Amino acid sequence: MINSRRVRRWTSNLMVGVVGLTVLIGILPLFLILGTLVVKGAGSLNLAFFLETPAPVGETGGGVAHAIVGTLLIVAVACLMGLPIGLAAGIHAAEFPGTRLSRATRFLADVMNGTPSIVVGVFAWTWVVARQGHFSGLAGSVALALLMIPMVMRTTEELILLVPNALREAALALGYSRWRTSLTIVARTALPGLVTGSLLAVARIAGETAPLLFTALGSQFMRTDVTQPMSALPLAVFAYATGPYEEWHRLAWASALVLILLVLFLSLLTRLATRSRFGSHE
Amino acid sequence: MTDWIPALEARGFGLSYGSSRILEEISFTVPTGSVAAIIGPSGCGKSTFLRSVNRLNDLVPTTSYDGDLLIEGVSVFRPDTDLVDLRLQVGMVFQRPNPFPKSIYENVAYGPRLNRLGSRKDLPTLVERCLQRAALWDEVKDRLHESAMGLSGGQQQRLCIARALANEPQVLLMDEPCSALDPIATQRIEELIFELKQQYTIIIVTHNMQQAARVSDSTGFFESGRLIEYGPTEQIFTAPTQDRTEAYITGRFG
Repeated sequence: MINSRRVRRWTSNLMVGVVGLTVLIGILPLFLILGTLVVKGAGSLNLAFFLETPAPVGETGGGVAHAIVGTLLIVAVACLMGLPIGLAAGIHAAEFPGTRLSRATRFLADVMNGTPSIVVGVFAWTWVVARQGHFSGLAGSVALALLMIPMVMRTTEELILLVPNALREAALALGYSRWRTSLTIVARTALPGLVTGSLLAVARIAGETAPLLFTALGSQFMRTDVTQPMSALPLAVFAYATGPYEEWHRLAWASALVLILLVLFLSLLTRLATRSRFGSHE
Repeated sequence: MTDWIPALEARGFGLSYGSSRILEEISFTVPTGSVAAIIGPSGCGKSTFLRSVNRLNDLVPTTSYDGDLLIEGVSVFRPDTDLVDLRLQVGMVFQRPNPFPKSIYENVAYGPRLNRLGSRKDLPTLVERCLQRAALWDEVKDRLHESAMGLSGGQQQRLCIARALANEPQVLLMDEPCSALDPIATQRIEELIFELKQQYTIIIVTHNMQQAARVSDSTGFFESGRLIEYGPTEQIFTAPTQDRTEAYITGRFG
């Protein structure tokens, strides 16, 4: 008896140790990446880096303000296109799960989720860049929106399904129409989760590089017109890192640091958004 | 009394989910301003019957029905029945308290605001009146804008009753409203039913025989989807005409 209990306790401790170790291994890359970026990039961060556009080749100084503005604009326009579609499709799929339409959307979203982002970029090139006749931030937004829709849709669907049926019945029994119930009660209850899902999708697409390469293209200048070629942080990292100059490499590290800080900031917002005021039914 | 129209009338009502028959040949009437209790063993179709009255069963895709249910003499199954209107007329309180994850005030105000009952200005008065009628006002008047999820189970259930009353329904359906509550909360709800009877017709499903005997004017005993016996509560509990009814209320089965 005593012996078997000791063995059990020992096994338990061993397993806890193994699990803890895998957690450490899992988060180690994050700290390695952050550490490297801070070591190599933080030195180049100053006010000018955020406020100025690139200096001519050969001169030091300059910044990536154009890429920061570009990323914000491209992502914002992508959200305008992608979020409403993704959220609406997700709510529909969860609220009317058995219909042919929702089964079709679910299948298509899974296929799109598995599509390499560069293929989505090619698609945006064919449909926007080729027709417009030139590269543009808008084309980049279209590509990012296409990546975003299936992600947002699937997370929305999962979260809407978590809303207890009792709440739907309560609303319907109070004389709410079906769509009002879905929007004012079900979606409202799932809202903190929906915000989280959306912000995570934004964080995901903000770092996408491949679909922007032949859509937004990149630019050396500050641009706020989305119909024109634009820079974005991932493009700046790519351009500077593959360039021949020492000064550019320095800018690449700093841009990468800014990009990852931006994504971390979004994740932090996500955590704050999940603290709902009224709690959930769980 | 030839033009006497009951609040609820079931005429040979039957219901199936797909190929399984849930309710068969249910016929009875509930006069306006009375409380009808529905008793019977689990799975006998009591709740299904209740959910047919406000057509909440429509959510189940394979539902089919025959016979008829009439509220104030009007069939709820007419092709032009507006479900929103029907559910405004027929309120419902569920087995488990299911307040919305909103403030106490919002829970009560939600129905009337959406359905544009009364003006926006009168809303606080209406909310207060409904909370008072549900015997909850004194407990929550200082925290109307706090989350309803912070209330106790009994308070939540009374909030759900207040929420249903805010729509000013004619008929109130209660599906085992006390089954998740302790005896004290149960007693409060029973007192409430007694008071509400002045203004509403109430149909209450309950597993608690004493409760049925205490609060109701008439009682129906359901078994296996059939209405075995229906009559004045006193008669059902003292001199039932059917053996099955007597066996059930004396606790010999179920």
